[in-house]
Amino acid sequence: MKFPAFKYLRPSSVAEAAAQLAEHGDDARLLAGGQTLMPVLAMRLAEPEVLIDLGRIENLRGIALEDDALRLGAMTRYVDLERSALVAEHAPLITRALPYVAHVAIRNRGTIGGSVALADPAAEMPACMLALGAEIELTSTEGNRWIAAEDYFLGLYETAREDTEILTAIRIPLAPERRVGFYEVARRHGDYALAGAAAVGDVEDGRIQGLRVAMFGCDDLPVLAKTAAKAAETGVLDGAWLEADVSPTSNINGEAHIRLAQARVAFRRAVTDLLGVSNG
Amino acid sequence: MPDGATNTGIGASVKRVEDKRFLTGKGNYVDDINRPGQTYAYILRSPHAHAKINSIDTSAAKSASGVVAVFTGEDMQVGSIPCGWQVDSADGTPMREPGHPALAQGKVRYVGDQVAIVIADTLDQAKDAAEKINVDYTPLKAVVDLRDALADTTLVHDEIETNISYDWAIGDKAEVDAVFDGAAHVTKMDIVNNRLIPNAMEPRAAIGDFDRASGEYTLYTTTQNPHVIRLLMGAFVLSIPEHKLRVVAPDVGGGFGSKIFHYAEEAITTWAAGQIARPIKWTAERSESFITDAHGRDHLSHAELALDANGKFLGLRVETAANMGAYLSTFASAVPTYLHATLLAGVYTTPVIYCNIKAVFTNTVPVDAYRGAGRPEASYLLERLVDRAARETGLDQVDIRRRNFIPSDAFPYQTPVALAYDSGDYEATLSSALKLAEVDGFAARKAEAAGRGKKRGLGYSTYIEACGVAPSAVAGALGARAGLYESAEVRVHPTGSVTVFTGSHSHGQGHETTFAQLVSDQLGIPIENVDISHGDTGKVQFGMGTYGSRSLAVGGEAIVKATDKIISKAKKIAAHVLEASAEDIEFAGGNFTVAGTDRSMAFGEVALTAYVPHNFPHEELEPGLDETAFYDPANFTFPGGCHICEVEVDPDTGTVEVVSFTAVDDVGRVINPMIVEGQVHGGVAQGIGQALLEGCSYDEDGQLLTGSFMDYAMPRAHNLPSFKVATEETLCAHNSLGVKGCGEVGAIGSPPAVINAVVDALADMGVTDVAMPATPQTVWRAIQTAKS
Amino acid sequence: MPTVSMTVNGKAVSGEVESRTLLVQFIREHLELTGTHVGCDTSQCGACVVHVNGEVAKSCTMLAVQAEGANVTTIEGLANGDDLHPMQEAFRNNHGLQCGFCTPGMVMTAVDLANKNKNPSEQQIREGLEGNICRCTGYHNIVKSVAEGARNMGG
Repeated sequence: MKFPAFKYLRPSSVAEAAAQLAEHGDDARLLAGGQTLMPVLAMRLAEPEVLIDLGRIENLRGIALEDDALRLGAMTRYVDLERSALVAEHAPLITRALPYVAHVAIRNRGTIGGSVALADPAAEMPACMLALGAEIELTSTEGNRWIAAEDYFLGLYETAREDTEILTAIRIPLAPERRVGFYEVARRHGDYALAGAAAVGDVEDGRIQGLRVAMFGCDDLPVLAKTAAKAAETGVLDGAWLEADVSPTSNINGEAHIRLAQARVAFRRAVTDLLGVSNG
Repeated sequence: MPDGATNTGIGASVKRVEDKRFLTGKGNYVDDINRPGQTYAYILRSPHAHAKINSIDTSAAKSASGVVAVFTGEDMQVGSIPCGWQVDSADGTPMREPGHPALAQGKVRYVGDQVAIVIADTLDQAKDAAEKINVDYTPLKAVVDLRDALADTTLVHDEIETNISYDWAIGDKAEVDAVFDGAAHVTKMDIVNNRLIPNAMEPRAAIGDFDRASGEYTLYTTTQNPHVIRLLMGAFVLSIPEHKLRVVAPDVGGGFGSKIFHYAEEAITTWAAGQIARPIKWTAERSESFITDAHGRDHLSHAELALDANGKFLGLRVETAANMGAYLSTFASAVPTYLHATLLAGVYTTPVIYCNIKAVFTNTVPVDAYRGAGRPEASYLLERLVDRAARETGLDQVDIRRRNFIPSDAFPYQTPVALAYDSGDYEATLSSALKLAEVDGFAARKAEAAGRGKKRGLGYSTYIEACGVAPSAVAGALGARAGLYESAEVRVHPTGSVTVFTGSHSHGQGHETTFAQLVSDQLGIPIENVDISHGDTGKVQFGMGTYGSRSLAVGGEAIVKATDKIISKAKKIAAHVLEASAEDIEFAGGNFTVAGTDRSMAFGEVALTAYVPHNFPHEELEPGLDETAFYDPANFTFPGGCHICEVEVDPDTGTVEVVSFTAVDDVGRVINPMIVEGQVHGGVAQGIGQALLEGCSYDEDGQLLTGSFMDYAMPRAHNLPSFKVATEETLCAHNSLGVKGCGEVGAIGSPPAVINAVVDALADMGVTDVAMPATPQTVWRAIQTAKS
Repeated sequence: MPTVSMTVNGKAVSGEVESRTLLVQFIREHLELTGTHVGCDTSQCGACVVHVNGEVAKSCTMLAVQAEGANVTTIEGLANGDDLHPMQEAFRNNHGLQCGFCTPGMVMTAVDLANKNKNPSEQQIREGLEGNICRCTGYHNIVKSVAEGARNMGG
């Protein structure tokens, strides 16, 4: 396990990091929690010339309640989210999904920003961002911009983030009455999902409204199952229309039709979970 | 006979003496060792499953920073890595055994095949330099699938003109066919035993060292059998005589078979150390282990069982293709034949059996013994077939087994496939397991699960295995190229403490405790006064190593024999001092006493007399108290038992959960119950892993798709229940301890119990078979197929 | 080459390392504390688990320079002289180890688990051990060990 050689930079501010990223561009990789990047380097699947460690930028960490949103610093670790009363109250979907993210030692180092920046299609956090309608802050030497999660995820490990931009924060709009639901099918707990669904919505008189279900592990990117969610609002809970939303391909985890069937189960169980679990 | 006084004797759960060093980080594994002047090696491997090497340009690597040397196959002209067993075809054609070079000679035959070694002052430098080597390959078509390989259209080894190493058979085919013609019922199945990757937690490592002054080589290596490595590497590959080659296997972090074999890296580092006259350390990265450690299992079988109208088995016929990978590894040829086909009688009275084995080369990592080695393949095949036969004939799963058990009064029992079982009581382990598994309450549990939308199933496996390998004469007749005895030296020190040198290496099994219990018990001395030394050819006289659950049944017996010699000599010494005849000396509780008197000498006093022989029977004995014994067993040993698995299947997702697992095994006399239970737990976990999670997968070009712990799913704590484990003892009839062996029973008995349980859970949906590993997608597919 | 300083098992240490040097390499090769093991390269096996600032971390997934100023505890830092830590003692008492290779990481994870939960259920223990793979024990005795160790740490 021997990494390729690289130059290590440890900026102390976002401005400094952005300047370093602007200078080195393609040759640099940002180091957040490192729980994916380190294995990638260990296998020499990437050989960056420069590694910019965001770990010492204090104001990239933290969870704060703003007027209309919960703000998560990009370098906030999973474990901090897991323990946060603010997250449990205002974004319980995250609290619900976090135990499915790898395991303790990894959650002690891994960060929300790192996961959303990587955009693994089978990971839990990107899907949660999509379901929650989160906004993502991207910062470069030119300034910052906010982009909706729906516009951020573009394809397989492909996002709207430019090479010169740093994912600096995430904002989750407050929606006090909203309920959440979550389900994933995995070979082993803690593994990337074979199929998963993260759902938010309101329930009135037993009917679901404003349902947003983000599917993960069943396409090249996390996907909002809009058609299936509409159907669910009319009482069709079994994900019957899911193939209009996600297009799993055959891979080592099974043929396309099996993966779609598992996605349907995940959808149905996440929505059922939502119906049974109040946002309190 | 637990020792009431100290509670350290035979039958006591003595806490392990090795634990303290492991628990405090003081274990001494190969990668923890550093030699003065040490260099580091990185091995450049083939990225192709099959390719011709046109040229290798190492010039840039040789001149890279810190590089000491770069060697390729052209530099390393040595002997071929040998296979330890010669298995010839049924028609007499000798086993086809193509050359197995340590560093590739003009061709590579699997992804991971060794191409060059880069040696540098640091590992970073070696790895950086390896990226500068330019190998010009012409990729060739690879043959990866067993069925494709059988067609012989693409050849792994051109020179043998076929992919079949041997086409071997046991049993009289005509006789078996005749039985099938008259049978009331025939059950037929195609059965795949999935390919596994052993994945001991410690990656393999080797340090080659050469002393220019003495001309001695030393190899520190992660092996289960240092003397075997010395023999194979010294005699066959590098031509280094034994007295100039020392092999050390210090603490080894698990083996499960995968560290039996002589691997290329051992030869490469040892040879290269001689070239550069500096020590060279190589440690596998996990991703490298996946593509270089010998894989396990990988059988494709068609099996048929003939039954009469009463459900009695009349005959069995089996055709198996066994994947050998690209080269014949050390034990590979023996696994599907002598460790698989000969076990096909199981615990049943099936009178006639025929089995044909085709051993097939493919462009994949060599396949060899992995925990159970051949016997899990046999038990899986047989117990799946019996399960299916019961369902087809309407017999109860327990009843069909009972109807066919070899009765407990029928031993010794000669099977139709060469083996003669010495002892066993299959009804005892079955009925004990039925109680422990609370089978009576299953229907209620199934109904309760159904209320939650879950399908609950119960699966049985009544299995047998052969271990304690092996009687050398028998093994030799079967093609073994070495003896399979074990040796021990019991060295009593002048003040009465004892060091035991054993050829049985311990890499998790707790020999340092169990063997000390044996000797302490036999000599009547405190267990603290006994040290067990193993793993160093420079210290231990000889040894055949640890595999096939042989350590206690063969290695332990050698220790007993050597200790018997100590006692016999000590009695003569005591008789001399006590002025009695040796026949009148009784030895008990660590004291030599003249029968019927109170005249007595303690063991320590006799030891001192042996080394300070002032009053000593010089005319009869030599001074000293140090004895060596070699023990060659009279027969294999035959542990067996009953495993019962209970699962819940989520029919919507295909997810399987093992909710309960019961194992009742007969491993003969139990020396340390705590250690035996631990061995069973570990074996069962690997068996459940095979049944539900683990499956090695290649793409059609021979690239490994399951090359990391993320893709190759081994059981984690959360995937397993706590196990219900018990033993039932029948003593081995041909060794003095009555022991049979416990290392592999868990892995051999459990996979069919798990799959039978999954099939049972889904039987009412029409499912009749589920392949291993029964992943969610596999189970889901089986359900859908049954529905349509 | 950068210099890195940290506290390991209560002692201040520092050394010159390459940027790419992992924390586990610094511990094993520079400090010669070889109790911490490397069992994989994908952060899956947990043989390399140490405590960094009181929390479990995989030392193969962390650069040494990232641990600048940190307080690190390895398996060698648990026992008090000849007296085993209660979790180490529980592993010995329950046969919670066989080959010993996963053991240091397993024990470090178990201590962290018990620090957070004095009386963990079997289910909580099994979930808490998800980041550590053992190939020998089938986890049965490890689970028993952790339960006993947690009890004895609390008492």
